[in-house]
Amino acid sequence: MSAADYDENLPIVVEGLKTAFGDHVIHEGLDLKVRRGEIIGVVGGSGSGKSVLMRSIIGLQAPTEGHIEVLGDVITAAHQDGDIDIRSRWGVLFQGGALFSTLTVAENIEVPLKQFYPEISDELRREIARYKVMLSGLPDEAADKYPSELSGGMRKRAGLARALALDPELLFLDEPTAGLDPIGAAAFDQLTKELQATLGLTVFLITHDLDTLYEICDRAAVLADKRVIAVDTIPNLLKLDHPWVQEYFNGPRGRAASSAKDRVVAKAAKAMDNQAGRGA
Amino acid sequence: MRVWADFSIAEGEGGKRLVLTGPLVVSSVGRIDTILRGMGDRFAAIDISQAEEFDTVGAWLVWRLSRESGADIVGASDKAKRLIAAVHRNEPEEAEAAQDELPIPVRLPQQVGSLVIGYCHGVLSLLGFLGGLIVALGSVIRHPARFRVTAVVRQMQLVGVGALPIIGLMSFLVGIVIAQQGAVQLEQFGAEIYTINLTGRLSFRELGVLMTAIMVAGRSGSAFAAQLGTMKLTEEIDAMRTIGVSPMEALVVPRVLACTFMMVLLGFYAAILSIIGGAMISTFSLEIPFFTFLTRIQEVVPTRDLWVGLIKGPVFGLIIAIAGCYQGMQVEGNSEAVGIRTTIAVVQAIFMVIVLDAFFAVFFTEVGWG
Repeated sequence: MSAADYDENLPIVVEGLKTAFGDHVIHEGLDLKVRRGEIIGVVGGSGSGKSVLMRSIIGLQAPTEGHIEVLGDVITAAHQDGDIDIRSRWGVLFQGGALFSTLTVAENIEVPLKQFYPEISDELRREIARYKVMLSGLPDEAADKYPSELSGGMRKRAGLARALALDPELLFLDEPTAGLDPIGAAAFDQLTKELQATLGLTVFLITHDLDTLYEICDRAAVLADKRVIAVDTIPNLLKLDHPWVQEYFNGPRGRAASSAKDRVVAKAAKAMDNQAGRGA
Repeated sequence: MRVWADFSIAEGEGGKRLVLTGPLVVSSVGRIDTILRGMGDRFAAIDISQAEEFDTVGAWLVWRLSRESGADIVGASDKAKRLIAAVHRNEPEEAEAAQDELPIPVRLPQQVGSLVIGYCHGVLSLLGFLGGLIVALGSVIRHPARFRVTAVVRQMQLVGVGALPIIGLMSFLVGIVIAQQGAVQLEQFGAEIYTINLTGRLSFRELGVLMTAIMVAGRSGSAFAAQLGTMKLTEEIDAMRTIGVSPMEALVVPRVLACTFMMVLLGFYAAILSIIGGAMISTFSLEIPFFTFLTRIQEVVPTRDLWVGLIKGPVFGLIIAIAGCYQGMQVEGNSEAVGIRTTIAVVQAIFMVIVLDAFFAVFFTEVGWG
């Protein structure tokens, strides 16, 4: 497959990916296709290479073998970071936020703008930074703070604001809710969902958080045995007969998350019934 | 090829009508934003029905223009409406008030004051650090089991053994330079033989230990500051304290001891290498045989010159280690602080070493060790 026959609806295509560190093989024969406009959750045990997969897709990690194409650009053909032309069309949130520690939050958001669009005036850039801060759910005064003055959750939101600086089509999130309290995590999930709906993003989301998976992911990709063993909606994955999948989704935590989702759905249905009742 | 957004202005009833065309996205609006800002015109309506693409930056531009002139937004697609609503909802409450700079008559005393206060705090916290170091040393002496032998040996290796090649080379070359330059001057009096006195005494008393101190400050003082500073940032030092390990005992004491002790040895080693360098050049250019040079050294260099070097060494080592560790422990906030503190550590250490060296020179002469 070459850039010429790029399918608009498949922004990320990974084929036959093999990643090995020395003798240690992380991925072998890994295939994954992400559809436009979906939130895809990538799950897998610790050490199954979720982050490595993300790093390979965004060109930070050269794979041993395989073909990776993002928005029609062949990542595996790039030899230097500069060869990847589509960097202005994706946003990446790293696990720890990876904010530039010597810059304020607003300046962090301005970095990609300055880098890719130097013609934007200082005023507009500052305004963009400020509304992105608000858009990512941070209070206005956070814009002038340094990353070291923010809490972990706020740092994640600031990282998200920077990832969204260029209005990307693709958003990569590495464990966005890890280390957040349940309320903060739920709020972050909602934020992701809202942004995805408003901005029409395709979201590639690595997570350990079953609630996130049930709540916002359209599909989930399961990484096990060095490859993606299945990509499907969660109800379909539940039917899958694979020991890791069964243990993951039907373990105590999996069941709790699933029943929480059921409760929410039931409540929503009930509320709708009530409304319908009143309407009649 | 990038496509830029464009605009045209139509006169209509009720005022001017701004018509935006082309894509309204982050990559295209930079130019028209600057132009529109420069014009500062007011519009009755903004027509975006001919705009092709939309993202939040375009939405923000349209929204800001409409807010500034109270214009209606006409012809927005569903997506445009959704995005404008999103940026509208998330608009910062009020434009940030530009921070007024204070007038110079107020600002100057204020800055001087905060500098002085900062300096006093610095002196106090350095005193606190020295106190902490003495307490830690005391508790290590009272509880020898808490003495970290491995850490000390490891630091000795890093500070001392690791520095042998570079300090050796440096001292050897310095020895050559002293002997050669000294010989050129002394030759005028026919006193080339005093090159041996010059090289021997200078190496033991001054240059061996001083050059070593500067090299160790650059190699190890900076390493101490950077390492402890990074550990501070990654909360390793906090973790130690919660586990009950005193960072002073575990990190600072081994470094201070290793650096103090190794400076004695390195200073001596440097003096020896520098004399060998001098002897080498004398063999070739002064025709003083190598071993004659070394034998003469024994005769012309008094033992107290050796002692002067050996006394200065540990003092310099102590200063370098304390400057490095203290600055490392002062790191706060971000990675930039690590860089700043490391620089301060090296500059302070070298400065203090040179000041003290001058003090020692006067002191030893006064006590008759000249």
